[in-house]
Amino acid sequence: MHLSEAAASFALVGNPNTGKTTLFNALTGLSHRVGNYPGVTVERLEGDLKLGGRTVSLIDLPGTYSLAARSQDEAIAVDVMLGQHAGELSVKAILAILDANNIKRNLYLLSQLMELGHPLVVALNMSDVARRHGIEIDAAALSQRLGIPVIPTSSDRGEGVDEVRRALGEALENRGSHPARGAQLPQELVRQVDALQAYLLSEEATLKRKVAWAEALRILVDVEGEFEKRLLRELGVAFLGRLAAFRRDVESERPLHALEAVARYGWIDEIADACVRRPSEMARTKTDRIDGFFTHRVWGTLALLLILGGIFQAIYSWSAPLMEAIDGFFGVVAGQVSSLIPPGPLQSLIVDGVIRGAGAVVIFLPQILVLVFFIALLEDCGYMARAAFLADKLFVRLGLSGRSVIPLLSSFACAVPGIMAARAIDSRRNRLATILVAPLMSCSARLPVYVLLIGAFVPGRSLLGGWLGLQGLVLLLAHLIGITVAIPVLLIVKKTVLRGPNSPFVMELPPYRVPVLRNVLSRLIDQSRAFLVNAGTVIFSVSVVIWALSYFPHPASIHQDFEAQRAAQGSPAERLLLDQQEASAYLSQSVLGRFGQVVEPVVEPLGWDWRIGMAVVGSFAAREIVIATLGTIFSVGSDVDEGSETLLGVIKSATWPDGRKLFNLPVALSLIVFFALCCQCVATLAVMKRETASWRWPAYTFAYMTVLAYLAAMATYQLGMRLVA
Amino acid sequence: MTTLDSLGPSHRGRIKTVHGSHAISQRLMEMGLIEGSTIEVIRLAPLGDPMQVSIHDYNLSLRKSEAALVEVERCT
Repeated sequence: MHLSEAAASFALVGNPNTGKTTLFNALTGLSHRVGNYPGVTVERLEGDLKLGGRTVSLIDLPGTYSLAARSQDEAIAVDVMLGQHAGELSVKAILAILDANNIKRNLYLLSQLMELGHPLVVALNMSDVARRHGIEIDAAALSQRLGIPVIPTSSDRGEGVDEVRRALGEALENRGSHPARGAQLPQELVRQVDALQAYLLSEEATLKRKVAWAEALRILVDVEGEFEKRLLRELGVAFLGRLAAFRRDVESERPLHALEAVARYGWIDEIADACVRRPSEMARTKTDRIDGFFTHRVWGTLALLLILGGIFQAIYSWSAPLMEAIDGFFGVVAGQVSSLIPPGPLQSLIVDGVIRGAGAVVIFLPQILVLVFFIALLEDCGYMARAAFLADKLFVRLGLSGRSVIPLLSSFACAVPGIMAARAIDSRRNRLATILVAPLMSCSARLPVYVLLIGAFVPGRSLLGGWLGLQGLVLLLAHLIGITVAIPVLLIVKKTVLRGPNSPFVMELPPYRVPVLRNVLSRLIDQSRAFLVNAGTVIFSVSVVIWALSYFPHPASIHQDFEAQRAAQGSPAERLLLDQQEASAYLSQSVLGRFGQVVEPVVEPLGWDWRIGMAVVGSFAAREIVIATLGTIFSVGSDVDEGSETLLGVIKSATWPDGRKLFNLPVALSLIVFFALCCQCVATLAVMKRETASWRWPAYTFAYMTVLAYLAAMATYQLGMRLVA
Repeated sequence: MTTLDSLGPSHRGRIKTVHGSHAISQRLMEMGLIEGSTIEVIRLAPLGDPMQVSIHDYNLSLRKSEAALVEVERCT
């Protein structure tokens, strides 16, 4: 008996911006589990709900306005409620949350939920705010009309939560004791849904499931909707003819969806007339006054620029000290461990492989925390929708919407939090398109590479009468390459892999609210954990693999050679030089080094020799590693940074075997262009995998960016050499 | 024929029909743009598009291209 109860799960369903997250947190506490539904990009949130002595699980389904799913992501909620999602527990009851402030639109979803056949409990949320606006809802009358318990709540203040819990417990005990009285759909529509369902039940053997009435309704009404598409996959395209016949037989002058919507809103009007009292003219609310400022032509634009600038500045500079501290911490640990373990493969594995790999994961946390904090804050208070509203027009021509503004802007600091921020984009295609171009925005990890090469090879000439230096101009151009390339990439992507009509930008502008600290905290915890667990594993493993490739085979003969030379040298400076040369010799003998030598002809058209090529390949674990690798291979040690004079001197004097200078301006520019466009960053790819739940999108991104980077770098070098000549 | 996108800020209209492709018109109707409902244009975004409207006591943003699908009758 206890087993079946433990397996019971409830679903929390409602429109977006109804305080759903707050209610979920109030009911389950902070101890919830986050994951992804397999195959889609939807986050799966589940928590334990204690009902008296029993514990059931509460699934927080994505906020939605209707069950008419237009994408696989939107279909998830319906599938979970209908118990058709593979691997999901079947839902035993539904807790529907309604916002008392705009009860009419909220009742639309409820009228659909009432047709699913599950026991329902309604939480009438934010009744206190509604009352302040003069909206009075008679919860008892509403409950009686609907035939289901209706509990006024104020999830922000924790009011009504215990009553909801109690009602859910009762719903679990006497299932179906409340005969729900939902909307009356037109007879001609109901008849055809019945007929379609009967037909689909007769096809049970082929479908391997029983089609519920609510799903049959969606299949019939939603032309080209997700449920129709799925059925055509299951029964073959030939079924479309039969489906069209079912649709034709609904004799009505209105399209089917209008038939449904008009009937439901008719029912809603009756309920509202009976149970809701509102002033005939709504007073100007606080939200209206705040909006007068935040969406104002001048002030609103200024405020948006300030907020975006502030977020960018925060990710860019607030996280810097934290990142340095993390870097320092891992440096100290590495130093301690080095002194404990004798030099050899084990020391190198732990210091250069494991500790550096862990550092490569944790280093992203500050930027993620800062961005997720701001996004959670802006979303919770309602500003996020305004930002999208203000910026939308800039993105329409690229096939995106204003919701892409924060993910893309954040990617200029780091694509990892930027890609995570793309969760706020409701359209799946727009979200994927945004994720695909996010790594093209020039992130802060590319900066050291630019600074090193520009400092070494771009003359420090001043332009425009001293207002702009040539070096600064090149740095600016390096940042602009990515955005410039992103535009055609977006246009192509939206015409090929992600083609389809631009999704509608019908977006609610929710009332402004004071952000709930608990929601912000739980978002921070969930997202950091998701990053560390999912993406972290990949980043760590790749770091260790790259360490191994640059360490093995590590022949003993090199060591013996250098030991002999060291014995002959006296001064510490000369011994240090020998140590550095030894490291360089090991690296060129390593698998990575040999690979570089084999593929030198591939990178030669870019003006690179095998050492540069190898350093670039080795930077896959993290872009900025390229500098350390160059330091090692050019025998100046790996603890160099972009300002290192010795590294500058060495790469300036490096030569090809025939004595030609290796680096010159075209080579430096070709490297800059390559880094601007390539996706040599396992963290980005790992986060992409985690956020899109598939390796397909990171694979696409890596492929297109590498090809673009290669071609553009080659063009830069070849053109540069002709101009120099 | 008057459509929603032709109404200026603080003008009201009563919705007559919602045209357009199935997906878009279904979405608009689900959001409450049903014949007979009163809708008010609040303002346009600073760049002239999208528009902010008020319907059934809540605020909605939609692009002018979508508002053009909503046939209205001007209210005075």
